[in-house]
Amino acid sequence: MISAEHISKSFGDREVLKDISAVFEPGKTNLIIGKSGSGKTVFLKCLVGLLEVDEGTIRYDDIMFTGLDFRGKKEIRKEMGMLFQGSALFDSMTVEENIRFPLDMFTSMSSEEKLDRVNFCLKRVNIVNSNSLFPSELSGGMKKRVAIARAISLNPRFLFCDEPNSGLDPKTSIVIDELIGEITVEMNMTTIVNTHDMNSVMENGEKIIFIEEGEKCWEGNKNEILKSDCRLLNEFVFANALARQLKDSSK
Amino acid sequence: MFKFLSGFGSYWMLLGKVFSKPEKHSIYYKQTMKELISLGLRSIGIVTIISFFMGAVITLQTAYNTENPIYPTYLIGLGARDSILLEFSSTIVALILAGKVGSNIASEIGTMRVTEQIDALELMGVNSASYIILPKVIATVIFNPFLTLISIITGIMGGWIIGTSAGVITSQEYVYGIQYAFIPYYITYAIIKTIVFAFIITTVSSHQGYYVEGGSLEVGRASTKAVVYSSISILLFNVILTQLLLS
Repeated sequence: MISAEHISKSFGDREVLKDISAVFEPGKTNLIIGKSGSGKTVFLKCLVGLLEVDEGTIRYDDIMFTGLDFRGKKEIRKEMGMLFQGSALFDSMTVEENIRFPLDMFTSMSSEEKLDRVNFCLKRVNIVNSNSLFPSELSGGMKKRVAIARAISLNPRFLFCDEPNSGLDPKTSIVIDELIGEITVEMNMTTIVNTHDMNSVMENGEKIIFIEEGEKCWEGNKNEILKSDCRLLNEFVFANALARQLKDSSK
Repeated sequence: MFKFLSGFGSYWMLLGKVFSKPEKHSIYYKQTMKELISLGLRSIGIVTIISFFMGAVITLQTAYNTENPIYPTYLIGLGARDSILLEFSSTIVALILAGKVGSNIASEIGTMRVTEQIDALELMGVNSASYIILPKVIATVIFNPFLTLISIITGIMGGWIIGTSAGVITSQEYVYGIQYAFIPYYITYAIIKTIVFAFIITTVSSHQGYYVEGGSLEVGRASTKAVVYSSISILLFNVILTQLLLS
């Protein structure tokens, strides 16, 4: 479980996060939604410690994450995996080397064991015969899947995904969403996904937090989101004409 | 002034991170080997070509400036040798490498920053500064002295081949000149300068790349700044080291 309490973050005079509190539960895909520039990515980076919070606390289970030094954070980070918006695969390494990297760095597994683990992770994300390819040779969807494979290579307890569907076609987006949902349940991870994709919301939204202008405006799940009274949330969810038509017809 | 001090401070803080204890020595060893090839071996070509022609030009210029019969001809070889040893093979080659290697390092690390690869390393619990920069520093500090030695040899050979081909000096006189009043300490001086310059090129360029914010435009700017700052630092330390080592 990850709990964030009263998180605030500013860049100069610009207050990006304003007193956000949330609890993210294990075995569930927790979504942070909001329009572009609402502060989702900053919140996610604060949760993983890539940005320091100005105020507030973050706990991983019973461990206070905020205030830990690099070594303290390092121990918790070994249990984290993250899918970055642009995949963030290492350009100079092949697919196999990318996935093997955390294993090389933090385990004492033999070469055979590492290769088995790499192949297991690749198979889990439905990629075969691509071990020797470089990231520049992969499509956008494949890059995301390889990044997921790298993120799960150390059996993490916490998975973070920043805009996993950005730049993908709707069909591939659904494949990625399903994959994240399945892996979360299989590995009983606490998964947090940043998204503004409504298909993801309806596919994976077991717990949803809506952020607007750096403030948490609404919290609920995919069943509750369509019936909410929150004006800002409705403007976000029913932003396109098709969604508005569906809502009107359901009335 | 504030910007300069802030940059200077962040440079030393980055060095603190770079020289902290490596996480896994075997991985750092592999990375260092990769960097030896990328930053060292792949620089041999340019260093050899430039050194050969510079040695040739130094010899020809010395010859045309010492046409007076009171100067013995072997002075051409001696002049070429000392110019190459004292200044060209360490300082000028370092300036050339600041352009080649420095821009390469800054753009590589800068791209890693803007594509979140550095964030990915940090998130895994890897000391990204140490993992990325330390192997580069070790590789250049180890390999650049060899580049300097290659440069000295090819520079002197360039002078010999072109000098004798152009008829400005005989082979015997040139060989006598490069052996005349030879001070072996000059090689030590050149190697010490090379090691310091290699450290400057790698760390200054890495610093520029590591703190890039933005996109490809900023990576390009960081690459240019890396070359400019490395070159200025090399020239500054050239003066300091010359005073310290030759006075």
